[in-house]
Amino acid sequence: MLKKDAEIINSLGIHARPASMIVKLASAFDSRIELEKNNVKVNAKSIMGVLMLASEQGDKITIIADGKDEKKAVEALLELIEIRKFDEE
Amino acid sequence: MKNKIFRGTPASPSIAIGKSFVYSPKQIVLSSMVEKKDITEELALFEKARNMALKQLRNLRVELKKASDPVSAKLIDVQMLFLQDPLFLNSVEKRIRTGKESAEKAIVNFSESLEKDFRDIPNSYISERYLDVKDIVERLLKNLREEETDNALGSYGDVMIAETFTASTVLQMSKAGVGGLIAEKGGRTSHFAILAEALNISAVVGANGVTEEIESGDEVIVDGISGVIVINPDEDTKRRFERKKEETNAIQKRFLKQKDLPATTIDGYSVDISANIELPIELPFIKKFGAKGVGLLRTEFLFLTSEDVPDEKEQYDFYLKVAESAYPDYVIMRTLDLGGDKVFKTKVQEENPFLGWRGVRFTLANEKIFKDQLRAMLKASAKGNVRILIPMVSQLEEIMRVKDMVEDIKIQLKKDGVAYDENIEIGAMVEIPSVPLMADFFSEVVDFFSIGTNDLTQYTLAVDRGNKNISSLFDQLDPSVIILMGMTVRKAHHKNKWVGICGDIAADVVAIPILIGMEMDELSLPPSFIPQIKNIIRGLSLKECKDLLEKAEKKRSASEVREFLKGEMLNRFPSLKNILVEVEND
Repeated sequence: MLKKDAEIINSLGIHARPASMIVKLASAFDSRIELEKNNVKVNAKSIMGVLMLASEQGDKITIIADGKDEKKAVEALLELIEIRKFDEE
Repeated sequence: MKNKIFRGTPASPSIAIGKSFVYSPKQIVLSSMVEKKDITEELALFEKARNMALKQLRNLRVELKKASDPVSAKLIDVQMLFLQDPLFLNSVEKRIRTGKESAEKAIVNFSESLEKDFRDIPNSYISERYLDVKDIVERLLKNLREEETDNALGSYGDVMIAETFTASTVLQMSKAGVGGLIAEKGGRTSHFAILAEALNISAVVGANGVTEEIESGDEVIVDGISGVIVINPDEDTKRRFERKKEETNAIQKRFLKQKDLPATTIDGYSVDISANIELPIELPFIKKFGAKGVGLLRTEFLFLTSEDVPDEKEQYDFYLKVAESAYPDYVIMRTLDLGGDKVFKTKVQEENPFLGWRGVRFTLANEKIFKDQLRAMLKASAKGNVRILIPMVSQLEEIMRVKDMVEDIKIQLKKDGVAYDENIEIGAMVEIPSVPLMADFFSEVVDFFSIGTNDLTQYTLAVDRGNKNISSLFDQLDPSVIILMGMTVRKAHHKNKWVGICGDIAADVVAIPILIGMEMDELSLPPSFIPQIKNIIRGLSLKECKDLLEKAEKKRSASEVREFLKGEMLNRFPSLKNILVEVEND
């Protein structure tokens, strides 16, 4: 199992479009992937789950992946959230 | 009661007469749910309904893309993800398997618990997504009941009445042959209203309270030209509107043939007639109706239909497409004209929103949003046919700040090696009386003016047109508004700046002679009105228009001006008689 923290940088937080990007990306991996914020854990492959985290700019979330491709999955999600900033900038 | 008259905002200039259907989104009916014991069968039913829904959404997405509505198409993507959500699938399956619930009940129960969770989310961007879930739940339930689900409306009338419509319902209505729509909410620039015009469905919007007055099955007249709605018309009224409908169609057909003739008066005065445009679907109308470019490109739809603030790239793609469609003619792009509540979808508390944080006042305070938009417009200007228009200007300082910003962006673009028009023109909207009053000074800092008569009237007379108690005071032909328009043109021309009009008045047949009389340089109007207005202008002379303006300026009220101009126009164009139909309550 692999855990990494990510900070939400894009100005509008994880609303519908970023949420669908997370879900589509996470679904491409076999590992079980969860996101955690304030002790609430959700399935990263569920759009309802990801939306319900209600993450805003400045929030810290933890990416937790468990499975064969966990390293790749965590890296890809980190890149989407922190480097690509959901292609918003 | 016969002949009940209702008024709203005209939003699509045609007339529909027929049986009405009042549409209200269905409440989920729990009574029809039965507990079923056969788990396998219920699971299979759920799977079938879900696959059907996926297929329907895929089809809808294709339709929306065909109608050049990529923004709504994107919302469909989110709905499709919901349908494949493991949380949703597992929860429904568990309810069916262990809770022994019917598929129907499992879906309803799941959505109700989800609704509570979503309601608690403070960010309205996210909590509003519950509406998508609700949409899907209704679709699934209909599929389960094997109802006709190709339309989300249930049933159609000749005229559809609802609180408001979505873009996709308007598309479906068009396919089903619906002729007209009436909405309680919305304005001429609401997404669905523009779509209705594009699809030739007559529309009256902002008809507050109308759903309580009409019952499904009532006969209704929708006059999208004047905004009049007649419920259960008597024979005489119906005949008059049928004549107006035929006449309008015939005239439009005749005028359409001459659409490419210039708008030049008998004595040789020419005015540019251009189009007001907002949606991608309207772009073909520039050529179809003979417009000389786009006199007003509204950009609000990009912000209202997106889930988030559109980035520079998304905006640039759209602006470039418009600039290319109009080339070599000009496109006047208006920067965002919204309040903060609409952009961020959160409550910005304002006691007087119309006197508040809107238009340039908002964009100047939100530099990132403004810079992205200006940069996208500048990039689209490379071929030299783009102009930028700033809304809600009340002070000189605002224009100076916008110009500084534009200069900064130009330097940046030059550095990045991106092409743009160095001499791009920047203009101010004339909506607030301070601009005409100070037009001497404004003329020194802007390249042009564009008069928005709706807001100019509202701010001059302090009348909210949507307020039923005072809406009769609202008339764009009020003498005070005419004086302010004339003042703008005189002062601007004195400094060699040009003036256009992009408000409703430019599509008002009786107002045309006074606008020509003022020597307006450009009139921008909803595309479908263009052929008729051009035809009228070709039948007038500048000399007589100046004379009519002078006489109109001596009138003391809007109704006197209107009466006078109407009489004069009917004398010159007798065929207008059937179009200028008036109705009164019995």
